[in-house]
Amino acid sequence: MKKNKRFNRRDFIQSSIRASLVVSVGGIGGLALKNSTGRDWVWQIDPFECNQCGRCATECVRNPSAVKCVHAYDICGYCDLCGGYFIPGAVKLDTGAENQLCPTAALIRKFIEEPYFEYEIDEDLCIGCAKCVKGCTSFGNGSLHLQIRHDLCRNCNECSIARVCPSKAIKRVPSDTPYMIKGSFTKTTDT
Amino acid sequence: MSKRVKIVLFGILIILVQVAAAQQRFPKPEFETGYVQPSPTTPEPRGLAVEYMDVLVLLAVLSLATWFALRSRSRRGILWLSVFTLIYFGFYRKGCICSIGAIQNVALSLSDAAYNISITALAFFLLPLLYALFFGRTFCAGACPLGAIQDLLIIHPISLPPWLRKSAGIIPVVYLGLAILFAATGTEFIICRYDPFVGIFRLDAPYHMVVLGVAFLLLGMFVSRPYCRFFCPYGVLLNWMSRFSKWHLSITPSDCIKCKLCTSSCPFDAIDHPTEESAPPPGRTYYRRFILYSLLIPVWVLVGGFIASKSYTYLSRAHQDVYLSELLIHHPELVNDPDNLDIQAFLSSGKTLDTLVEDARVVQQKFRTGGWFMGGFIGLVIGITLLNQVVFRKRKDYQPNRGDCFSCGRCMDYCPVKN
Repeated sequence: MKKNKRFNRRDFIQSSIRASLVVSVGGIGGLALKNSTGRDWVWQIDPFECNQCGRCATECVRNPSAVKCVHAYDICGYCDLCGGYFIPGAVKLDTGAENQLCPTAALIRKFIEEPYFEYEIDEDLCIGCAKCVKGCTSFGNGSLHLQIRHDLCRNCNECSIARVCPSKAIKRVPSDTPYMIKGSFTKTTDT
Repeated sequence: MSKRVKIVLFGILIILVQVAAAQQRFPKPEFETGYVQPSPTTPEPRGLAVEYMDVLVLLAVLSLATWFALRSRSRRGILWLSVFTLIYFGFYRKGCICSIGAIQNVALSLSDAAYNISITALAFFLLPLLYALFFGRTFCAGACPLGAIQDLLIIHPISLPPWLRKSAGIIPVVYLGLAILFAATGTEFIICRYDPFVGIFRLDAPYHMVVLGVAFLLLGMFVSRPYCRFFCPYGVLLNWMSRFSKWHLSITPSDCIKCKLCTSSCPFDAIDHPTEESAPPPGRTYYRRFILYSLLIPVWVLVGGFIASKSYTYLSRAHQDVYLSELLIHHPELVNDPDNLDIQAFLSSGKTLDTLVEDARVVQQKFRTGGWFMGGFIGLVIGITLLNQVVFRKRKDYQPNRGDCFSCGRCMDYCPVKN
């Protein structure tokens, strides 16, 4: 029998396997696409679930961390005795380093009018250790809270802080709403 | 109490709770000096359009690499393309997003309906596979930053014995299986966590990443592309696709003159030698061995599945819930340890130990069933690899091994036949 040189058995097997591989790769793609919403995802901290454990300062792949403290001025009480600024039992309510909770003096206290003070965060100094957040949440309004800063975040495929976050507060959020800043963002009840 | 009263009471309760939530410990002051309240800044993440541009760049680089490898036969083109890839996907995009890690996104999106994969990640997963199905592993040659950094640092490649290559070739399969299992159970993304080069791309990384990266690069000076050949889980998929590719890079543009120059040019031992003309035709032992090895495949699958599913207790400990529940059960005294962050967070979350244990059990069950799939899959690959060792295929020329060849084009450069 004359051999068909242009299309032999091996070629046939090869092309049928290839066709089934195309179909399976396409099938996986189609199944994955079915769930897709066409949005991109970034990581963000839900401030209402964060328990200020301090791992954000140490676990981020960036050093210093891409997590910074953010001040929601809207809900700040502008207190003189700020629970986020002063260590408990501070000797004097002034800007002396021995009275400050922040290890890097990233929280700047500014007098506004009697008896109110504004607290601003110097992001270049902030390391995301959440010490001030803990103080503010425990004794104040909780206006100081942690957020992932997207100009610093590398948007790792899996956030290395999220992996060890004890309260599972770090979540994927749609990239068109990349922040959960208190005041504009309120606690979700459908959890 | 009647139903209506209950509803009314419930409504009042909800209103009260909302009022309480809106109230703050210290009300916002009313300023008299005209103080303007600043608002927190929100630097935007990378836009969606720029992400799509990455997909276009990948498509362009893949197409160019394919063109260089298959049509223009230009090693120089592939070399410069890999330099571009290293700069763009490596140092500019900092190694994230990459096709290797995208395996996990796909696995998670298939197992967890709540996770929506981004189009970019999906495209990064699919495009190189489709290209490999038609043109071979041109992705490895020019479009993978991890491959590029290793390829550029090959100094004195040594040839590894086949037994070592074949047995070490099982590692990526195990790695792929584990990565899919861990991603699908929502445990963690191990490929990204142990990515050796991402720290170098970022020039900033935790200690273990730097050590891994430098170790791989040093090893790679002699054992060329060690990550690609003996660890890369995506390489496993590309290897299969490439075996059945429609077209593939060829060493010679026309007839092979059997000068053997190409074999010493290939740093990856990926060139198959021609079979000896004088070799006797396969006899009875050959067929007997072939049948025995094929019959052994189901055994390998069962053994692999059994071992992997039995080791679920160890594997599932990587999951936070399982780890925490085991810690609490075996060391209940740790509840009083204020320094154990995980336990303290769990205690303050208001979750009971029973629900945690229940969650952990669900995860363990997933690991148990997933273990069967993973182990079976690894067993299948071991079985087929062994079978491939006894299959006799006749080759007339020196040919690239379609599975192992990265299409880097060194051999075409060395081939003295030019047209």
